Amino acid sequence: MGDTILQFENISKSFFGIHALRDVTFSLERGQLLGLIGENGAGKTTLMNILGGVIQADEGTMRMKGVEYRPRNPAEAAKAGVAFIHQELNLFTNLSIADNIFIDRFPRIGALPLINKKAMRSRTRELLSGVELEVSPDTLVERISPGERQLVEIAKALGFGAEIMIFDEPTTSLTARETEQLFKIIEQLRAGGKSIIYISHNLGNVLHLADEIVVVRDGAVAGTGDKSEYTIDKMVSQMVGRDIDQMYPARTAGPSDTVALEVKDLSQSGIVKGISFSLRKGEVAGLFGLMGSGRSELARIIFGLDPFERGSVKVGGAERKRYTPAESIEKKIAFVTENRREEGLLMEAPIFDNIALVAMPDYTRGLMMRFVEKKRIFGAVGDVAESMRIKTASLDRQLAKNLSGGNQQKTVIGKWLLSKPAVFIMDEPTRGIDVGAKYEIYNIINDLAAAGTGILFISSELEELMGGCDRILVMSNGQIQGCFEKGDFDQAKILHAAFKGHKKHGVA
Amino acid sequence: MLAVCLRNTPVILFAAVFVVFGILAPRFFQYQNFENIVKQASYAGIIAVGMTFVLLTAGIDLSVGSNMYLSAVAAGLLIKNYNVPVWVALAVCLLVGLAFGMFNAFAITKLRIIPFVVTLSTLFAGRGLGLMLTKSRPVPFPETIIRIGSSRLFGVVPLPIVIFVCVVICAHVFLRRTQMGRQIYAVGNDIEAAKKAGINTDRVRATAYIVCGLLASLGGFVSVAQLGIVNAGFGEGYEFEAITAAVLGGTSLFGGIGNVFPGTVLGTVLIQMISAGLVFTQVDLYIQPLVEGAIIFFAVLLDSFRNVQLVRISRRHIRVEETA
Repeated sequence: MGDTILQFENISKSFFGIHALRDVTFSLERGQLLGLIGENGAGKTTLMNILGGVIQADEGTMRMKGVEYRPRNPAEAAKAGVAFIHQELNLFTNLSIADNIFIDRFPRIGALPLINKKAMRSRTRELLSGVELEVSPDTLVERISPGERQLVEIAKALGFGAEIMIFDEPTTSLTARETEQLFKIIEQLRAGGKSIIYISHNLGNVLHLADEIVVVRDGAVAGTGDKSEYTIDKMVSQMVGRDIDQMYPARTAGPSDTVALEVKDLSQSGIVKGISFSLRKGEVAGLFGLMGSGRSELARIIFGLDPFERGSVKVGGAERKRYTPAESIEKKIAFVTENRREEGLLMEAPIFDNIALVAMPDYTRGLMMRFVEKKRIFGAVGDVAESMRIKTASLDRQLAKNLSGGNQQKTVIGKWLLSKPAVFIMDEPTRGIDVGAKYEIYNIINDLAAAGTGILFISSELEELMGGCDRILVMSNGQIQGCFEKGDFDQAKILHAAFKGHKKHGVA
Repeated sequence: MLAVCLRNTPVILFAAVFVVFGILAPRFFQYQNFENIVKQASYAGIIAVGMTFVLLTAGIDLSVGSNMYLSAVAAGLLIKNYNVPVWVALAVCLLVGLAFGMFNAFAITKLRIIPFVVTLSTLFAGRGLGLMLTKSRPVPFPETIIRIGSSRLFGVVPLPIVIFVCVVICAHVFLRRTQMGRQIYAVGNDIEAAKKAGINTDRVRATAYIVCGLLASLGGFVSVAQLGIVNAGFGEGYEFEAITAAVLGGTSLFGGIGNVFPGTVLGTVLIQMISAGLVFTQVDLYIQPLVEGAIIFFAVLLDSFRNVQLVRISRRHIRVEETA
């Protein structure tokens, strides 16, 4: 070692008088993979934004190969060799892979302003083979999978000679195989002398990949050391500042006998087939399946976002065939999508607007014009925010887009709490959020169940389902392949059911 | 299959209209008729090409009609009052168009006002300025300009068509083969991602509005060279014709999707073909505006339908249904 490529020295940054970062100091060596972990809002993203030139530090300096480094914008950071593989990918879906890779520095034909397509294609082919992606450089990005898009982003970073690569939750939208492929590429990058900062809430992955681990908490470095010094327990306790002896809170109540939601023989060709199950009041039913098993699609159908051809959905005794999401909301069904950034939040609106969104009609009065009862709804939103412990300086000023992942997710869930749902469908409610926030989400789920809400809890993390559910339904290939009662939970059996029917239709 | 059709709607639509009018009025198939259609399409097409640039960035320019008027008025008044040569008048016309586009670009990228509002106000301001200069009186152009306007290259191809073809080739190469061209598509697809990718999005958007302004004045000049006079209503409504042409040609109002060739070219010729076809089939004069309205409606409907369908088609399927 000793070949330091990047140093953070006493980096501090505050927003509106609140410290986001305090005296952060650590360094990155050449060919090192540094695992950066911490709760949402701990300051990881702020730190990486400073490194990437998106924002500037208030105090402290960064040094790259000993020279002071102070990027004023992302372009300068890129020029200095810092590449950011973003959580939400930043590719242009309407352009080809080659266009995406060279978007801000196309090769030219001599001094002409024209793009040298031949050079661009051959260089792209080289870069793609470096990440083992065998597709034509002319393929439109909209035609390739999320995993492949990530590889294109890496190829792009390699293309401009990046020496430091930042991966921010790179595996959230990848299948198991794609993740494996990504890890292989990351290993190769490290072997090739690239320095990597790897950010993830999947602590197992971090421990598996990293050479060195840096834990941040409340904007300061809470611990750092070689990976051999770390265990997952130690990582967690440094992240939250206390020992978490229990990952899942205990349930306070069990399910009742009344049925809240009954799905019978629900089918839509190409999507799901013969789905039947019922959900009781106060029950937490887990829905497990691999990526592409049809679980999210089933949730969309039940909520009324997508149509179905056969079968029925019964809520509160009434059978329904065709309905809109608005009618579902009237029936007190709530739905949190797996994609909170795009489908769950008004990013440019404050927390208040987001939480008040769904229940607004209940807080209006007047005959013709329904006037909003500002005071009453403000109080109600405040109660929800408090009960969910959404951390913010101001409910009606802080925009959703500036919240940490955990607080965003709480906001999404919060907007449904005002209308006191009878059935709550949650699709991946804990994806990409940290241990502490996860625990709080589990608590919210428990409280809802205790109050009589039936919850359909969709997740690809089997452990959290086993930790908090009364029952787990397993989906694969658009069908329910198994149902396991609490006490009967067996990881091997559940996984086996989840893989059922997969080999037959490899192409689908 | 459906996806292929949706991606090629301009071509299919073009062929369908062509065949229908041909059957209804066999005289429609005469060479002279086509030449007229393309000649009519040429100046509207030049403007629509500029509009395509703007639409690709997910913007809009409502001021092209006023731009046409103001730049033609400037050129006409110079000739009338100072007797300047034709090429000077053309240069001034283009300069005014350029300045018009630059003002739009400045307000949109530097003052951060949304394109709809900026270009709506320059639509009124531009026309108002022109009317002030002319006191609402028509500005006549000299014979020489009309003679140039109706001349033919090598005695065969009408000059307006030649200019149109040149503009299309330049625009096509620009969008396809230059960095700025590709960045226009990138900005239209996702402006936030474009910023993160290090693209100077202000410069890209400004370029689109400046190109659009320049081409609007060029289109206006080509039109004047055929009419020989600039009336107070010159260019009115051209913004919508240009938008319709681009959208009929497959350019999306949501940005990032579309092309000049074949897209906008087909769209422009299609509109002219329909109005010529309506004359040929002797449709009531009062019904023609209704048909034009329907075309605009249809074009926008098509755009949103296309988007919805393409999303639906590209959604992955979970299971393969057994066909037992």
